[in-house]
Amino acid sequence: MTSERRDSPLLQLTLVRGREFVREPEAIFWTFGFPILLAAGLGIAFRNKPAEFVNVAVAPGGATSAQVALWLRQDKGLHVRTLPEDKANLALRTGGVALVVLARPGGGVTWRYDDTNPDGRAARLLAENAVERGAGRRDLVPAFEDRDREPGSRYIDFLLPGLLGMNMMGDGMWGIGFSIVDARRRKLLKRLIASPMSRAEYLASYLLSRIAILTTEIAVIATFGRLVFGVPFRGPFAVFALICVVSGLTFSALGLLLASRPRTIEAVSGLMNLAMMPMWVLSGVFFSSSRFPAILQPLIHALPLTAAVDALRTNMLQGGGVASAGAQLATLALWLVLSFVVALRIFRWR
Amino acid sequence: MEASHTDIALRVRGLRKAYGEVVAVDGLDLDVREGECFGLLGPNGAGKTTTIEICEGLLDADSGSVKLLGRTWEQGGSELKQLLGMQLQETQFTDKLTVAETVRLFRSFYRHPLTVEETIALVQLEQKRTARVGQLSGGQKQRLAMAVALVGDPRFFFLDEPSTGLDPQARRQVWDLVDRFKASGRTVLLTTHYMDEAERLCNRVGIMNQGRVIALDTPRALIASLGAEHVIEFAAAEGQRAPDTDALRKLAGVRSVHARDGHVQLHVEYLHAAVPAVLAELEAQGVSLAELRTHSATLEDVFVSLTGRHLRDE
Repeated sequence: MTSERRDSPLLQLTLVRGREFVREPEAIFWTFGFPILLAAGLGIAFRNKPAEFVNVAVAPGGATSAQVALWLRQDKGLHVRTLPEDKANLALRTGGVALVVLARPGGGVTWRYDDTNPDGRAARLLAENAVERGAGRRDLVPAFEDRDREPGSRYIDFLLPGLLGMNMMGDGMWGIGFSIVDARRRKLLKRLIASPMSRAEYLASYLLSRIAILTTEIAVIATFGRLVFGVPFRGPFAVFALICVVSGLTFSALGLLLASRPRTIEAVSGLMNLAMMPMWVLSGVFFSSSRFPAILQPLIHALPLTAAVDALRTNMLQGGGVASAGAQLATLALWLVLSFVVALRIFRWR
Repeated sequence: MEASHTDIALRVRGLRKAYGEVVAVDGLDLDVREGECFGLLGPNGAGKTTTIEICEGLLDADSGSVKLLGRTWEQGGSELKQLLGMQLQETQFTDKLTVAETVRLFRSFYRHPLTVEETIALVQLEQKRTARVGQLSGGQKQRLAMAVALVGDPRFFFLDEPSTGLDPQARRQVWDLVDRFKASGRTVLLTTHYMDEAERLCNRVGIMNQGRVIALDTPRALIASLGAEHVIEFAAAEGQRAPDTDALRKLAGVRSVHARDGHVQLHVEYLHAAVPAVLAELEAQGVSLAELRTHSATLEDVFVSLTGRHLRDE
């Protein structure tokens, strides 16, 4: 009667998790499609443009205006037009030019610009330099230029590790939270514990399936970043993988914790948002968390997403090894153990 | 004493469970014999599900004892789960899995399971083995729940309201399945608020009301305890005064009379003698009828005669 061999319950439970995931088209989009669209959008918006001209208008008037315009044109960073004064002022107000240069009748120039506008200040400095040089100034300090446009210092390089961390957090928490609360709502949890199923294996199947999904997800986003934007992966790959696995497990355990009591999808959604919102803002996904006041920094560094994102950035951008990720890995591991232990304690099985 | 030569599969003594002020189970005793199909019959809120869930190990009792297949939940819990099959109320399996995948998942939890194909064949879902659970009808979902209960090849089945909410054809399919469990010598404890289900399936029935078993016997013996084979029901026409039930009770062959909300129910021995006598008496009282019905006595009538209420009353 029992000719068929017995399946491993842990394998079956994990397979079920995987089937639930791949049979949910929305989940596929939010896991793979959304972060790529976001990275692509932000990468394009904040791409480093080739060095731009600053537009400058010279208003004819004084005898020296033609000479001033000639001097200004010596600087390749300035795009110089000659405009009547009223048109030049209009162009300044509407952003057509960043600086209006008026040649004064007695020699000398007036710089007319908005000193709160960085472009205006830059234009003034460039123009002043060009005019002084044209008039014969000699530099006292020899200076050389070294232009650094290497990958690694662009916004997309900063952003991609943040997106990886944010995605691991979102998917780990939503993926587990929804599935568990749904099973509770369907009274399927109750049916499962009425059978001889091991509760630890049930919860472990969620962590295992997350690792499998996470591997694919990280691979897709990282490959996209590497191929399309040339984002560097300078650190040892094993350390990168370790950070991802520990982060993935930590966020899954957090998801488990948040899903351990609620009976409805609405309740668990509220809890998830409550937990994730501060991390979206504080953990340095889109901008550096060092912008927040010093008094908040200990709290910010205790957040699991900060730890994940900082560790990924150090690894990818600065080539950090396992030692440089030690503190962050310890923070994540602490969250992992605490969440899992508390979740097991307070879990509502019916 | 009557069960001295029979093994008791489930023995419940002094079971009590309260939810705050509400006492759901109030000192319940029960013996289910090895190989029989025992039914707990009662209206909603009688304590049937609480009782069965305590027996299934899903709820803890406030007091009392449960001994199941010679084991207790405290000492032999994990062993017991291998020996039991359960169908719970309102379980919804994952919509996105197929029938075969669901059965295979539950199969993996048991030490000596049936094969997936055997199990699916037992509940006649072969045509649906690769269908997603979300696409099954109510009856098919209930048969899947049965399959999940069966797959561990259990010795004891718990079925909690197995046919509630099903259409007549699906109910009959579920009943056929229970017949097959019984035929294979396994023990079944089921709860129901359908008297026809209890009569059709159960060797013995315990009638539950307000957390207690108020009568316990074979369906035949319970019905016989009414002392009357037939039931006459009538309702007086709108605006009529209530008929005098004492006069009806004195008529020849009338065993008992129950009146409630203008509806009157009489338990009688012989219809052919009682119906003309009842109609003549009502005529004499000047009561005209809105309706008159008769049927053979059922477990429902037993319940009504014991409690004055119907099984389906809320």
